[in-house]
Amino acid sequence: MALSPDDPTLGLFQVLREDLSEPLPEGEDPRSHPENDPELSEDTLRAMFRHMLRVRLLDERMMMRQRQGRIGFFGAITGQEATPIATAFCLEEKDWVFPALRENAIMLVRGFPLTQWLAQVYGNSLDVLKGRQMPSHMSGRSVNQVSWSSCLGPQLPQAVGAAMAAKYKKTGAVTIGFIGDGATSEPDFHCAMNFAGVSNAPCVMICQNNHWAISVPSKKQTRSATFAVKAHAYGIPGVRVDGNDILALRAVIGEAVDRARKGEGPTFIEAVTYRIGAHSSSDDPTVYRSDEEVELWRRKDPIQRFERYMRFKGLLSDDERAQLEKELVEEILAAIENVESAAPPARETLFEDVFEERPWHLAEQQDELLEHDPAPSAH
Amino acid sequence: MREIRYREAVREAIREEMEADERVFLMGEEVGHYQGAYKVSEGLLSQFGEKRVIDTPIAEAGFAGIGIGAAMTGLRPIIEFMTWNFSFVAFDQIISNAAKIRQMSGGTFDVPIVFRGPNGAAKQVASQHSHSVDPFYTNIPGIFVVMPATPRDAKGLLKTAIRCQDPVIFLEGETLYNVKGEVPELDEEELIPFGKGRIGREGKDCTIVAFGRPYYEAMQAAEKLAADGIECEIVDPRTLRPLDIELLVESVKKTHRCVVVHEHWPYGGPGAEIVDQIQREAFDWLDAPIHRVGSLDVPMPYASNLENFVLPTVERISDAVRRVSYAK
Ligand SMILES: Cc1ncc(C[n+]2csc(CCOP(=O)(O)OP(=O)(O)O)c2C)c(N)n1
Repeated sequence: MALSPDDPTLGLFQVLREDLSEPLPEGEDPRSHPENDPELSEDTLRAMFRHMLRVRLLDERMMMRQRQGRIGFFGAITGQEATPIATAFCLEEKDWVFPALRENAIMLVRGFPLTQWLAQVYGNSLDVLKGRQMPSHMSGRSVNQVSWSSCLGPQLPQAVGAAMAAKYKKTGAVTIGFIGDGATSEPDFHCAMNFAGVSNAPCVMICQNNHWAISVPSKKQTRSATFAVKAHAYGIPGVRVDGNDILALRAVIGEAVDRARKGEGPTFIEAVTYRIGAHSSSDDPTVYRSDEEVELWRRKDPIQRFERYMRFKGLLSDDERAQLEKELVEEILAAIENVESAAPPARETLFEDVFEERPWHLAEQQDELLEHDPAPSAH
Repeated sequence: MREIRYREAVREAIREEMEADERVFLMGEEVGHYQGAYKVSEGLLSQFGEKRVIDTPIAEAGFAGIGIGAAMTGLRPIIEFMTWNFSFVAFDQIISNAAKIRQMSGGTFDVPIVFRGPNGAAKQVASQHSHSVDPFYTNIPGIFVVMPATPRDAKGLLKTAIRCQDPVIFLEGETLYNVKGEVPELDEEELIPFGKGRIGREGKDCTIVAFGRPYYEAMQAAEKLAADGIECEIVDPRTLRPLDIELLVESVKKTHRCVVVHEHWPYGGPGAEIVDQIQREAFDWLDAPIHRVGSLDVPMPYASNLENFVLPTVERISDAVRRVSYAK
């Protein structure tokens, strides 16, 4: 099949200019495609900017804590803040989120408390997950967000399943599922796309193409011209959007969510972005990619680009910017301090939640364990 | 004898077999340019090139199947799983295909393939990343299961695995890769046969059967118990299928007591299989019921204090030995 050159799966939907690393002359429009601007309210724009910056500052501090050995592991989303934050602003309270590796922040926008989120990084006694799950796998029952699976892929069919359930129950909820470019090679991706198409479920599937899957470049995952183009094979609409342009994302994801909610079926979106930092705290990206490439993408930083727009609109002065950052850092540091001082989870918690009710043999194992010295053995 | 790390021992086995046999190739996620998630394949891409050291898309079911197809038609693939946890998406290829093809084809096809990678818990990677997969794979007729604890065993057994005409599940350990141990010189080729265990430590009072990572906890427990006058004999079966039951029984007939240590969960698995076989072959020689020490019967938590409780500890192993010895 020959696709027309204006096929949305081959193009790149944008509002803002790509490189806004240099300040613009007073009054110059930072938008390359003003006709695509979703024209959001001032309050919404301010809130979106606040959340993007908050995640950036939070990630920086978490990576620092990891290097100091205070947390075991962390995966930052630096450079990819726009997609999760834009998504959060497209959702209603009843909607569901099935994230991949880099969308945990959505729950923060939807009202999940920062201290609780941090407690999931530390896995201590303040953690509602009771120290069971790895950092960067946060979830919040209270805000309809599940955890991604460490084994890549399962969240996407699950997202479609949740969407089919919403249709079955007629709740009107929309489900958003995420996947990385690398994980599109997994069978689960294809199952999810196929089921979404066949069932016409109210879901939006978003692939954050950040160009790298640990050390493997996205061109080694697929021979397709783009990831978005794969939507055609499953008979569902696909769009390729600038993943560092929060306005473009808000427009595209918002439209897809509306379509899903109206019963018009699923959409597959490729958000083209870049992982500025390491894959996770266990990775050293300098061995597989060039500084020049990273620098090229730094110039397309999503926060920087949005900031230029905010300034153009007269919504952000130097003072307001400085004040905002100060407030956010204070909030984050206070929350970290609060969480860091909590005790590790109690030993008894080991035997909870394996089943709804604790079986007798686990009660026995608990008794045996508690006979021993409470100090963990050195390994 | 020279000392090298477990990681280097695995690499040497792969390198030597690739040098000796052009049909052997290595395939998996990040095995080439990144030189392996745990640096096992360091230097192999530059030595053998992209034809024989193949980076794959993230699709375990895919490259397990690619390997099986290549093996059925004359090549000898070594398939690396970044960790064995990720083999679950390739289960059908391994269990319903690799393990069945010889038998279902009436012996007209075979699948000489090695699936390898780190097994078991690492450090604070939570439940989905911490599986000990040995119970799943040992249940399947048609595949060999190898679980070496030392660098020497890793090298000698991997060489045997690569030359084997049947599928082999080769279980390494993330926490074992840095372990150093004696390995024969490069010009002294050693192939360790499947189904032959090894005495890690001699003793007369109690046999401890241990394999994989907790082999080291068992050795530590034996040291501690020796100070209290209990001399343990540590027997490592090294391959779980086939199992060197003769060696285990011989040891138990000498010590009259036995504790089986394993990282997998307590329900079934090679731990239970070993107990079953020993009690049948050595019932009249046993002075106490055989005990087992494994992971607690819960999914692995993330918090490090809890993780340390779940895994078989030196304390729990020592306790079990005291129990079967009726000693306090
Ligand atoms: C089934 C499975 N295979 C391999 C891995 C190891 N792994 C963890 S993250 C990752 C790369 C993921 O890349 P991508 O999907 O592009 O997401 P990104 O990290 O770029 O956000 C890999 C290979 C895994 N977690 N699960």
